[in-house]
Amino acid sequence: MTSSKPKNEEGIEFTDALYRENILDHYRNPRNFGRIDKADAEFHGNNPICGDEIELTLKISAGKIMDARFMGRGCAVSQSAASMLTERIIGMPVKEALRLSRDDIIEMMGISPNPTRLKCALLSLKVMEGAFAKLQGKTQ
Amino acid sequence: MKKNKQPKPKDAKPDAEIKLDVEKIRKDFPILSRKINGNQLIYFDNAATSQKPMQVIKAMDDFYMQSNANVHRSVHKLGEESTEAYELAHKKTAEFIHADFSEVIFTKNATEAINLAMYSWGMQNIRKGDEIVLTQMEHHSNLVPWQYLAKTKRASLKFLELDAKKGRIMPEDIYKKITNKTKLVSVTHMSNVLGTINPVREIIDLAHDKKALVMLDVAQSVPHMPVDAQKLDADFMAFSGHKMLGPTGTGVLFAKKGLLEKMQPFNYGGDMISSVSYEDAEWNELPWKFEAGSPNVAGAVGLSAAIDYLRKVGMDKIVKHDASLTKYALERLAEIKQVTIFGPKETNDRGPVISFTLGDIHAHDVSTILDRDGIEVRGGHHCAMPLARLLGVTATTRASFYLYNTKDEIDKFIASLAHAARIFRL
Repeated sequence: MTSSKPKNEEGIEFTDALYRENILDHYRNPRNFGRIDKADAEFHGNNPICGDEIELTLKISAGKIMDARFMGRGCAVSQSAASMLTERIIGMPVKEALRLSRDDIIEMMGISPNPTRLKCALLSLKVMEGAFAKLQGKTQ
Repeated sequence: MKKNKQPKPKDAKPDAEIKLDVEKIRKDFPILSRKINGNQLIYFDNAATSQKPMQVIKAMDDFYMQSNANVHRSVHKLGEESTEAYELAHKKTAEFIHADFSEVIFTKNATEAINLAMYSWGMQNIRKGDEIVLTQMEHHSNLVPWQYLAKTKRASLKFLELDAKKGRIMPEDIYKKITNKTKLVSVTHMSNVLGTINPVREIIDLAHDKKALVMLDVAQSVPHMPVDAQKLDADFMAFSGHKMLGPTGTGVLFAKKGLLEKMQPFNYGGDMISSVSYEDAEWNELPWKFEAGSPNVAGAVGLSAAIDYLRKVGMDKIVKHDASLTKYALERLAEIKQVTIFGPKETNDRGPVISFTLGDIHAHDVSTILDRDGIEVRGGHHCAMPLARLLGVTATTRASFYLYNTKDEIDKFIASLAHAARIFRL
């Protein structure tokens, strides 16, 4: 599965590194899909060009992300990014999650999207930042 | 081909005159030789904008290199030439749609043309309680301006309902919605999403019976079929130059002369006046009353050349070519079992625009994969978000054809779709 060759298990060549095995896997089998009841932080965002939507709910305790769930619909890039991001941030201190950058997401996904598709890839990051900003607004 | 060959009737044209010489046409479009991601460009996004032939590009270049000056102002040689070219563009556009010279106003796009009618006619004539009838398949450009007008004037919007399965307006709804309360019916001639050609004859006749005016959004139809202002008898028509081989930044509003004479100007300033004092001004004659400020002269020159090009090719031939590509594409798409087509499946009363989904693959993923193969299609809601919602999709993929497209390109497009289905394991 970790073969660097641009082929999937059926031997079909990928037309695009955008649709690597891990992206399709997260798209077809999203991790942490759902909603956290009584979440400590939540946010919803969309990408008006694509109609991609992501809703993120977070459980936070002592400055640490204890759980993260997302719901959404849209293209493979936006949805797999959300799935991977939730895996990445569970157990992570909020401070550290806030430092995640555009480049971290690109590296995490292993893709190099064009500017239009980059918006899809970064949607869940923006939603997470929105959730933290909203939380901070509440606690202040 | 020998003995049983009937002598052709005298008015029948030989095949060469009926069919487009696509190979020859393609040579006129420099961009078609471009490679995208190492593949020959296949341009199937013509409903968004068409490509431009060398004749159009050159006409604009020549204008800037030879004749450039502002119009309707300077009496020097260049001013004379540019004014002549600008007015000739109006004349050619008017002839192309069988309208009078005074009835053709240049705008920057079809959206601005609709806004012109909304501000200059709608604001004066729509009153509280009036009804404006649209369809459920309007582009945002023929929806949002009327929403604004209706809210401002406390008028209401009614929508001719779509039979989503057939991709056509429900015929009986026309008689239900267009009533004595109706002041304006504004409908698309050809849907930019479904390709549907609406029954505008029936709609216009009924609206006029009810003393309502009719605006036709002909942005998709004018590039693809003969549109005759006199025969149609619509009161307003809006279209853009860039979808019909012309440059971006060109649009047209047609309106009947009697209406234009009574309408207030849209923009105020230079060129739209005949005389000005410190306190007051008198409006210029038509169509200039509606064209304030320095216009897009080079754009008009390009549009002029585009019209020459289309007339030389022949709109009747373009209709046939489009229909044959559309028929072929619909047949080939039906071969892929995961494809769902939105819009009429039959080829009558339909233009060369096909929207579809491929299984549950998002339209942007489909577009990205096709792009890797050099095939440019549109993915999204196609500036008709309420329609997408009505169809129950967030986005569709749209392929739209024009005179330079071929069946061979459609074959490559189908192969690329099949590839996308394999990547996503449909």
